[in-house]
Amino acid sequence: MNFFLEVLIGGLLSGVMYALVALGFVMIYKASGVFNFAQGAMVYLAALSVVGCIEKGAPLWLAIILAFGIMTLFGIATEKFVLRKLVNQPPIALFMATIGLAFFIEGVAPMIFGSDPRALELGIVDEPIPWVLDNWNMVISKFDLVAAGVAGVLVATLALFFQYTRVGRALRAVADDHQAALSIGIPLQHIWAIVWGVAGFVALVAGMMWGARNGVQFALTFTALKALPVLILGGFTSVPGAIVGGLIIGASEKLAEIYIPPVMQNMFGGNFGGIEGWFPYVLALLFLLVRPEGLFGEKHIDRV
Amino acid sequence: MIKNFKPALAAAAVSLAMLSQTAMAAEEQFFPLIDYRVGPYGSNGQAFYGGFIDYLNYVNLKEKGVNGVQLTYEECETEYNNAKGVECYERLKAKAKVSSGPIHTMSTGISYALIDKSAQDKLPLAMMGYGRTDAVDGSVFPYAFPLVTTYQMQASAIIKFIKDKNAGNLAGKKIVYLYHDSAYGKEAIIAMEAEASLNKFTLVQVPVAHPGNEQGAQWLKIRQEKPDYVVFWGWGVMNQTALKAAQKVGYPRDQMIGSWWTGSEEDVVPAGEAAKGYMAATWNVSGKQVPVIADIEKVVYGANKGNLQDKAKIGTVLYNRGVSAAVLSIEAIRKAQEKYGKGKAMTGEQVRWALENLNITDARLKTLGATDLLPEIKTSCDNHEGSGKVKIQQWDGAKWVPISGWIEGNKALIHPLFQASAKQYAKEKGITPRDCSKEK
Repeated sequence: MNFFLEVLIGGLLSGVMYALVALGFVMIYKASGVFNFAQGAMVYLAALSVVGCIEKGAPLWLAIILAFGIMTLFGIATEKFVLRKLVNQPPIALFMATIGLAFFIEGVAPMIFGSDPRALELGIVDEPIPWVLDNWNMVISKFDLVAAGVAGVLVATLALFFQYTRVGRALRAVADDHQAALSIGIPLQHIWAIVWGVAGFVALVAGMMWGARNGVQFALTFTALKALPVLILGGFTSVPGAIVGGLIIGASEKLAEIYIPPVMQNMFGGNFGGIEGWFPYVLALLFLLVRPEGLFGEKHIDRV
Repeated sequence: MIKNFKPALAAAAVSLAMLSQTAMAAEEQFFPLIDYRVGPYGSNGQAFYGGFIDYLNYVNLKEKGVNGVQLTYEECETEYNNAKGVECYERLKAKAKVSSGPIHTMSTGISYALIDKSAQDKLPLAMMGYGRTDAVDGSVFPYAFPLVTTYQMQASAIIKFIKDKNAGNLAGKKIVYLYHDSAYGKEAIIAMEAEASLNKFTLVQVPVAHPGNEQGAQWLKIRQEKPDYVVFWGWGVMNQTALKAAQKVGYPRDQMIGSWWTGSEEDVVPAGEAAKGYMAATWNVSGKQVPVIADIEKVVYGANKGNLQDKAKIGTVLYNRGVSAAVLSIEAIRKAQEKYGKGKAMTGEQVRWALENLNITDARLKTLGATDLLPEIKTSCDNHEGSGKVKIQQWDGAKWVPISGWIEGNKALIHPLFQASAKQYAKEKGITPRDCSKEK
């Protein structure tokens, strides 16, 4: 039972890390109705900017501010040079543009900051909390708890931003219909620049947490793979959905990795395992059959 | 008459010069470099191919090539992508058919994709520390060379190292094999199982799905199993993630021993303090204390012909690995020239013969300034590996420190596995194996 709880809690905390990446996707989707293929690359760019600035001699706090500046400029540039020409185009055109953007970032970012994997020290040690270990014989990492706290604050801030600010409401209007939003005077270009800036900030937070855990390297782009099933489960348009989806995916993949392979081995022989790469996708696909819009996604109703 | 003779003489001189230039140009030994410097593993490729090219330039500068034959190369970027690897091979093939050094792809996937093609085109494929390991049996794979050592021999050598640390007895011990769930990670399972059966230790296999950037469940399982050692077969981000995860569950890093693809600076630096004490196998040592490495820096970088943008990579594990791959390749060219004609460019077929007849002793390594850079190597038709030895090195927080001599895997246990696998391959492909007793 103790081990089960340990796996469950570890999974939930891993899920928070997935949710951090998923939030960036939600930002863009809410504002433009487009799946941003470049979100993983943005996480990489953000983390690379932080370590790049540190290597140039900036202290961590300044490096974070500078990286935020870089991500904001990137957001504005994306709106100006990529998205502006695509207003009122089908979502697939915007999606294709984000694919191009991903390759652009993956190619250019290492040219500027170098491609060597590097450590990012945030001053939070990824070690078990001794008190929990001694009393409960369970491994709960300080780092994971900090990540959960950060994600909680981020989700609360973003949810309030979308729900209660003029910009937040404008974002939702733009997502529903670009042209209609423009016709009632919503400044689409500003809105897109803001949302890409916010998505850049979310990418920065995710990049720093993932970079501190696994090192800053190209593989940060792969974090997007973990976010996709989270989005399917939580819904592409829901900020709290990203967190709930992350928790479900994180917990279920860890429990599946521990408990399914022994059953399979007993049934079929051979060596099973390493299933957490595909298990979340199977879960997400099954979920799609029951609730295509996700747990918290908006139900799409078209007039016929 | 003299007036008319002068222009004719000048024209003849120009023609002769052009002819001699053409002749000189013909004596160039070409290396098709199917490499990668960008993409997910770009930094690994930069160091390895940087070292390789630096050594080619070193030989050109220091010795004016191999017996006067200049070493040339052309790079083609694969981004570690199999399809692009094949495309690069096809692009460089025409040039390589004139003269070719061994092809190093530093990718198991690309090597598998090229193994039949290169044999058909008579171009030798080197797979140093990767690729198809049953190609040790040269009777079935005449053009494929898993030189120096293989995954299975490496696994066996790691077990020997652990055994030596435990007074020669592993009975009752528990060893976890934590591996990248891919062809690469699975290659060594057969050797680990054979060693477990022979040495009576419990083997627990724990796979990690690609890319391995999340290993929470695996390390909780390892914590529950309480193994004496973790033998670790990772790649890319999986390596740092494993070290961090080990720290998270409190597993001692000095009981973790990785493969050579988990033992470079790129693998441990991003893990910071979590990597301290961690061990890994290697078939080449790091550092600038190796004379040829220091001399490359002096000669090649002194002449402003260095390939690396970041000179800090000189002397790293992967840079020295690139140099050691080039050392073996150039030795093969020398060997081929001894048989087929000094001062001539060698064809792939001629280099293949040389790769199969290498005999690089410690004395020869010393002459090359490569003492201890890599182990002694003696290849033959039935042994394309030629060594099977590794060293164990330990990360002290700043650099890799060798903590063992050369350790040879259990050849009697492992090589029959290669022969059985090669035999099966020959049967599937309808290949009639060569009679190695007739090969010289």
